[in-house]
Amino acid sequence: MNGSRDQTLNSIRRSLKRGPLAPEAAAACETRLATHRRNLIPARARTLPPRGQVELFVKMAETVNATVARVKQAADVPAAIADYLSQLNLPARLVRAPDPALDALPWSERPLLETRRGVAEDSDPVGVTACFAAVAETGTLMLHSGAAGPTRNNFLPDTHVVVLRASQMVAAYEDGWDKLRAAYSRDGGFAMPRTVNFITGPSRTADIEQKIELGAHGPRRLHIVLIDDGEAA
Amino acid sequence: MKATSRAFKANARHALGDPNLQRAMVNLRTGFAERRAHAVAQLPEWEELREQAVAIKKDALAHLDFYLEAFEQKVIANGGQVHWCRDAAEANETVLAICRRLGAKTVTKGKSMIGEEIGINDHLAANGVTPVETDLGEYIIQIRHEPPSHIIAPAVHLVKEQIAQSFRETHRDLDPARPLMDSRQMCDEARAVLRPRFLAADVGITGANFLVAETGSSIIVTNEGNGDLTQTLPKAHIVLASLEKVVPTLEDATTILRLLARSATGQEFSSYTTVSTGPRRRDDADGPGEYHVVLLDNGRSALLGGEFEDMLRCIRCAACLNHCPVYRAIGGQSYGWVYPGPMGSVLTPSLIGIEAAGNLPNASTFCGQCESVCPMKIPLPKMMRHWREREFQRHLPPPAYRLGLAAWAFFARRPALYRLVADVGARVLGVIGRGRGRFRALPLAAGWTQTRDMPAPEGRSFMSLWVERQSQRKPR
Repeated sequence: MNGSRDQTLNSIRRSLKRGPLAPEAAAACETRLATHRRNLIPARARTLPPRGQVELFVKMAETVNATVARVKQAADVPAAIADYLSQLNLPARLVRAPDPALDALPWSERPLLETRRGVAEDSDPVGVTACFAAVAETGTLMLHSGAAGPTRNNFLPDTHVVVLRASQMVAAYEDGWDKLRAAYSRDGGFAMPRTVNFITGPSRTADIEQKIELGAHGPRRLHIVLIDDGEAA
Repeated sequence: MKATSRAFKANARHALGDPNLQRAMVNLRTGFAERRAHAVAQLPEWEELREQAVAIKKDALAHLDFYLEAFEQKVIANGGQVHWCRDAAEANETVLAICRRLGAKTVTKGKSMIGEEIGINDHLAANGVTPVETDLGEYIIQIRHEPPSHIIAPAVHLVKEQIAQSFRETHRDLDPARPLMDSRQMCDEARAVLRPRFLAADVGITGANFLVAETGSSIIVTNEGNGDLTQTLPKAHIVLASLEKVVPTLEDATTILRLLARSATGQEFSSYTTVSTGPRRRDDADGPGEYHVVLLDNGRSALLGGEFEDMLRCIRCAACLNHCPVYRAIGGQSYGWVYPGPMGSVLTPSLIGIEAAGNLPNASTFCGQCESVCPMKIPLPKMMRHWREREFQRHLPPPAYRLGLAAWAFFARRPALYRLVADVGARVLGVIGRGRGRFRALPLAAGWTQTRDMPAPEGRSFMSLWVERQSQRKPR
């Protein structure tokens, strides 16, 4: 296929009426990639104080059919999830991502909540995951794959419950990127996780007569348990 | 996909007489445009974001060779592969070779316009690999053996009764007496039917809304979550992307993402924006073992540097379709190839040639809505005009059309004569039509008067009135 590679590059250069980029132009492009300068970021979330960002996030997430339960501390999360499931008459049986932050929660205090730790199966009705950040601008959750984050846990179960700490809130997607770069840069290089999921509300479709239905192939419900851990205040 | 664009007029006439299609298109006429307008109004920085998005794509296209090579390097560094393909045949062979090596029986697919462009489904099926479309709209048209009618809502031309009938004919192992009255029931049925297909697939194929040179990532934007199941569960993830999808950085992709969902569905952000970089890592709990990017040219590199280069900025949001009076009247299949609406009228002749693209550049009233809603500020009417000129130069329009244009041009180049003829014509028609006030038929204008009456001119021509009023204006 090397022939096609060269042909394509040559065809591009012929159309642009030049050869390979001159060293100065190539250096400018290199710099552009290395500095990944920000473009305009809307004022909407950027200008808010941390507390205001949390409120905006909740409002935006609820607008797109996510539900939000707020708890004071991490220890309250299992109870909040159990209450949510029982209110909706959903099975009290969940798979939780193998994430240390979730392992630390007092699941045993809710013995009626059947929990399994690991990768989701098709038969799991409820999946609980942590998340990496939340973007106030549009009520968007940011998750990524890894040993602690199987991607399928975000999509297979009918109900996706995400545990979010208020201190994980960022204003804009760009803040999420910088947070990711900071967390996964080693020896000066950025090792991007295999999958980064931005999730804004539950799965939906309008493919039949433009009528919006939730739960097309991914979760029918997205429930966010927000820990007001005070650091955002 | 074989183009029927030359039959555009017949296709359009057929579509106008199709009661189901006309009923279905009513939903599109209001929904998309209103939701887009609402979303745009919520973002005061809209115009500035458009300007920046245009600048990003211009930079990407001016240095396309550089960014593609940078992208490839990063993909390889992350353990993936890039397959450069000149045309549809090479892309199809590449995908098939990967499927064969993995012994794939079924392949799940997220929505991909490149997949439509190269006809990957037919190629796989002909070679013993079963492709399963998983986007609900794509699934519906796949089981109906139809091409898509819209680039983000492929089944928008159908009413729910047609879809229910197709489900009954296809899902024969389900209870024939089950109710299929509304979109909820059909959505649930498709979910139940497709879930085992996701789990059984050997290879997952998605498109790409963006390729990111900085990180070697591909980005897809979906609402259903089908693209994510498609690319997460199987042994390999194949990305079908055309080369103009590359942008420099994650920040650049993010800026254009702010425009995409709002322009497309009027959402602030789509439910799922997913960034994929290479295959699963050694410690990852799940994910595909292989990551391939099939990078397709198929004529695009030839558009760079020319009068159609701006078209390569297109992000496939479909706002131009949703706001086009022609598209909204006839739907997408009339356009006869993969890309309908104003963007299709420009892109189709660019990719398959003006001879095969037939009348498409004429399928416009030049009202300009497409350009005004295009988030990437693509001058679509101007480019359709370029195609019309080329079409004329190549003597493609029918003789009567050419003769009419030549006659008009003869007078237009002689303004005094034009005015004289227009003035006399208006007076004569005015006298003849005085009684009725309108004409049911006129010689040489049957095409116009077949479906409407021509109002009789009420006196003099615009030019003669203009001259008179200018002379009446008080001198300073």
